[in-house]
Amino acid sequence: MTEGTKASKSLSVFSRRKRVYTVTILCVLALFFFASAVTRYDPSAGLAALPRAFLWIVSNLVPDEKALTRLPNILKKLTETALLSVAVTVTAAVFAFFFSLMGSKTTRPSEPAAKAVRITAAFFRNVPDVVWAILLMFSFGQNILTGFFALFFTTFGMLTRAFIETVDEVSADCVEALHATGATYMQTVFQGIVPSSVSEILTWVLFMIETNIRSSTLIGILTGTGIGYLFDLYYKRLDYASASLVVLSIVVLVIVLETITGKIRKVIL
Amino acid sequence: MNEVLSAEKAVSGFELRRYMRTTSNGKIRTGAVSRSGLAVKLTLAVLAGLTVAGFLTFDYKDIVLSEAVGATLKNIGTVFLSPRLKYDTFQGILHELLITFCLGILATIFGAIIAFFASLLCAKNIANPGIAAVVRSIVAFIRAVPTILWVLIFAVSAGLGSVAAVAGLTFHSAGYLIKVYSESIEEMDYGTIEALKACGAGFWPIVFQAIVPSSLRYMLAWTFMRFEINFTNAIAMGAAAGAGGIGYNLFMAGSFYFDMREMGFITYVVFIAVILLEAIATQIKAKVK
Repeated sequence: MTEGTKASKSLSVFSRRKRVYTVTILCVLALFFFASAVTRYDPSAGLAALPRAFLWIVSNLVPDEKALTRLPNILKKLTETALLSVAVTVTAAVFAFFFSLMGSKTTRPSEPAAKAVRITAAFFRNVPDVVWAILLMFSFGQNILTGFFALFFTTFGMLTRAFIETVDEVSADCVEALHATGATYMQTVFQGIVPSSVSEILTWVLFMIETNIRSSTLIGILTGTGIGYLFDLYYKRLDYASASLVVLSIVVLVIVLETITGKIRKVIL
Repeated sequence: MNEVLSAEKAVSGFELRRYMRTTSNGKIRTGAVSRSGLAVKLTLAVLAGLTVAGFLTFDYKDIVLSEAVGATLKNIGTVFLSPRLKYDTFQGILHELLITFCLGILATIFGAIIAFFASLLCAKNIANPGIAAVVRSIVAFIRAVPTILWVLIFAVSAGLGSVAAVAGLTFHSAGYLIKVYSESIEEMDYGTIEALKACGAGFWPIVFQAIVPSSLRYMLAWTFMRFEINFTNAIAMGAAAGAGGIGYNLFMAGSFYFDMREMGFITYVVFIAVILLEAIATQIKAKVK
């Protein structure tokens, strides 16, 4: 899209631009109508639902005194969910780091091993956590470990891919330099790769903790554990005041976490 | 010559010792203590502490881990090694997959339109700082509420179905896309905007002749990546909120009929769809970079 190629075409910049816009808008419209027809989505009903939903939220989703009596219980479950997200992410990160060493171009022991790691990671990443949650329900039941393993598998898959990319990026030069000095594999990893990629890895871990808090709410609704279960319970009892307190507590947790991770990211990167 | 020697002496005796740090057994410390290094160590320590605290305080409800793990491995084997359909037809499953796909498309389109206009209000280089701050805090709130809760909240007034699912998914997509769109607007060269302003161009000509042409590629790439997320989210919404699509079939097969083999089949269908989307997204990412 340089000026030269544009000028060489018979169309001017502006009419070309107009054509690009027209084509984009037409494509989006076509997609929209196709998708609406398939899902039986009624755009006017969708639009009309919004003001109604907002009115409903403002008038019903407000914590009352009775809801405040449930606050200790909500905070207990919230802490559990937060700790679960951290524990899952940290454990998965430890595993993912060692697997990423086997999968990265510069540190892999052999090519078939690297390929196996990449395929395993792709498998765990792309089987939705919902599937793991339902599957683990059969054997673990309504237990916190159901959520733990469901989140663990997807987090492990995601982090392995992310870490492989990180290790690939940072390590090419430093691995070569360390090899030249006669460093052993372990020395290369712990003196070269770990120090140069730790801040990037930490950023990924913090990001996944945030993501996992949101996902664990969903998994909680499915498996009957943690803060998700509490929301589902109040929601199904039509106790919207208490349910709103759950939502607010999650919002506060996520925003506090976002602020902290934002600050950490600024310092370490 | 003498001068040089004494200077060296001064350096080694005085200066070096001043800057040199030694460990308790007299070894010279290499590597500097930086703020970032300290922050990394501190964060790692806190995370490790929280992990241990988590494992110690979790209520395991006296589960027998070895039994549960054994049963899980067996179930994983059943799900992934012997998939077949009994309650749904293959065509029906594909149709449900298409519905999930289309729910994702609708949410992405709505999210992108909202995000486009909202990002004009909160990109630092073109927006009014006051309005930008308000929009940013609203967006932070919207993003902090998990998608599933938005869907369930909308379901009360709109009924469970595509309207609630699309509204809930849209909220989160808009929140995410506003952030990346405004970042891509902020990255563009301010000179272009300034030049157009100097010519007396109004707000919309600046948007459509300078901002959109320079960031359209990034915006489209990010939008597609968001679509990938919306697709997986739509599956989850179907399963957890009963909002329709293949996620609902998955939930019914697993938690209602307890049919693991059916679940396996649906999982494979989903898996292939997600892998294809991921492959396309990776290619788009590589092209944009």
